Amino acid sequence: MVPAGHGRGEAREAQPSGLGQVPCSVKDLKAWLGIGLTAAAIVVALAAPWLAPHDPLKADFVQSLRPPGAPGHPLGTDQLGRDLLARVLYGARLALFIGTCTVLITAVVGGLLGLVAGFVERWPSAVLMRIADVQLSFPFILLAMTINAIVGLGLRNIILSLSAAGWVVYARVVRGEVLVVKQRAYVEAAAALGMGRARLLFRHILPNVAPSIVVVASLQFSSFIVAEAAISFLGFGVQPPTPAWGSMLSEGRDFLYVAWWLAAFPGAALALTALGVNLLGDWLRDTLDPKLRV
Amino acid sequence: MRAYVVSRLAQTALVVFLSLTAVFAMVRLSGDPVLLFMPMDIQAKDVNEFRQRLGFNDPLPVQYARFIGGAVRGDFGESLRYKQDALGLVLGRLPATLLLAGTSLLLTVVVAIPLGVASAVRRNSLLDHVGTVATVLGQATPGFWLGLMLIYIFSVKLRWLPTGGMGGLAHLVMPSVVLAAFLSARIARLTRSAVLDVLGEEYILTARAKGLGEGRVVGKHTLRNSAIPIVTLAGLEIGQILGGAVITETIFAWPGLGRLTVQALLNRDFPVVLAAVFFISLVYTLINLAVDLAYGWLDPRVRLR
Repeated sequence: MVPAGHGRGEAREAQPSGLGQVPCSVKDLKAWLGIGLTAAAIVVALAAPWLAPHDPLKADFVQSLRPPGAPGHPLGTDQLGRDLLARVLYGARLALFIGTCTVLITAVVGGLLGLVAGFVERWPSAVLMRIADVQLSFPFILLAMTINAIVGLGLRNIILSLSAAGWVVYARVVRGEVLVVKQRAYVEAAAALGMGRARLLFRHILPNVAPSIVVVASLQFSSFIVAEAAISFLGFGVQPPTPAWGSMLSEGRDFLYVAWWLAAFPGAALALTALGVNLLGDWLRDTLDPKLRV
Repeated sequence: MRAYVVSRLAQTALVVFLSLTAVFAMVRLSGDPVLLFMPMDIQAKDVNEFRQRLGFNDPLPVQYARFIGGAVRGDFGESLRYKQDALGLVLGRLPATLLLAGTSLLLTVVVAIPLGVASAVRRNSLLDHVGTVATVLGQATPGFWLGLMLIYIFSVKLRWLPTGGMGGLAHLVMPSVVLAAFLSARIARLTRSAVLDVLGEEYILTARAKGLGEGRVVGKHTLRNSAIPIVTLAGLEIGQILGGAVITETIFAWPGLGRLTVQALLNRDFPVVLAAVFFISLVYTLINLAVDLAYGWLDPRVRLR
């Protein structure tokens, strides 16, 4: 939940120093790889119905457990004869949908609460920060899973439980930034000129903390999709037969002895997506807000 | 230092009390707890009797007081499935989790910190590039997928290691590697950037200028000063080991706290869920406390804030 944040060391890397080193292209390479993988995941998610060679839900028992490379099934088929490539492609759709919804909800809710908590230094802020402390005393995945088991399974509930567990990071980061920004001279000048508090907050403070919100969102995105897959894997999230990577892995686990591809491909898709989004997030942080430690 | 310790202790006690309340609220605010506890096909008469027996017909404040009173004495009720004391069940699974978490932690410290230091000191060398690729991949690879792939390679294909369960040293290898992989990636990255930060400081330049050997510059001046961010983040991450254990233990059928929690959630055994979730949050909070105290000891400026 707390991605390794480190500003100065990474920022300094761009400057060439000393002899016998690779030019700065390594950093660019990582950024391009991140952009490429993320773009690929988005394209696959949007175009899944056109890219998929078969219906991801259509069972065909004659064709069950075909290995990768079987005619018409490049990645093979599962125990019900469903095409694995189609299921993996549709899985991207679901993962990115859940990740996007969760990131939007947590960014708006956590961001607003953090803005207010940083701006209004009275008891509601103290209460909010204590709530954040309490929530941070539970490991993220355990909290999301427990909430999910209590509110019930399914797509909508997993988005809600991930959001309920994830807003804290934004609230903390944004509050910290607001505490610094609101002491700047231009904010004090605007206040002295008689500007209303809401206008002050949204016109002068929000634009200055927005980069941090974007960076946190990009770093949180991959932990949300991995957490969703983990929760679905354990059986508390998206339920079969919906093609979610986590529940596909859980089915693949039962067939590990006879059909390795069922576990290998959905997990590889998840890992590549997470890798792309992580690299993109690192690049955004280095570009927008190198000092941020999340 | 004393005032700092006392104030941190008081804050911790408050957080523990509030998290206990949160655990109570999580189950109570979600509707009728009896329906959560019971199988789906239960008769109305049985529901009512069960509700009476567990005291769910009392007013909420009474129930809350009883829950807190019980929790303070370590009484979370009896497991609905095993008919045993819930906290006793949780504590019984603790040694297995401690063994797994401890081994992973040892593995992490032995691998990640030297790797991070070496990458920083020999920046842009082959080792640094290989290390960077490994840490980036390690951070992106979901533990449960890594676990399944390791089982496929080492248990199904090569037949070197058991697929799961607890037994000899061979049983410990895969779960601890999976649990350590993610953590090592994080800590190696953090160590590298913390050491790089310090290596750019002027006192390092001074140390080198006065002719100090590279061994002493790194070993004495750099490592000590980069310890603070490493300890802070490592502490936060150690807490995440408990979350990771939930998944790793389930994949490898490791009879620890995480697997007990997952099974209790699946079986709707909420007394055990409450005890386990609270216990994990307690341990997590105590780790954070220990990290903060270590932080104050490593960097005396912190205490003054």
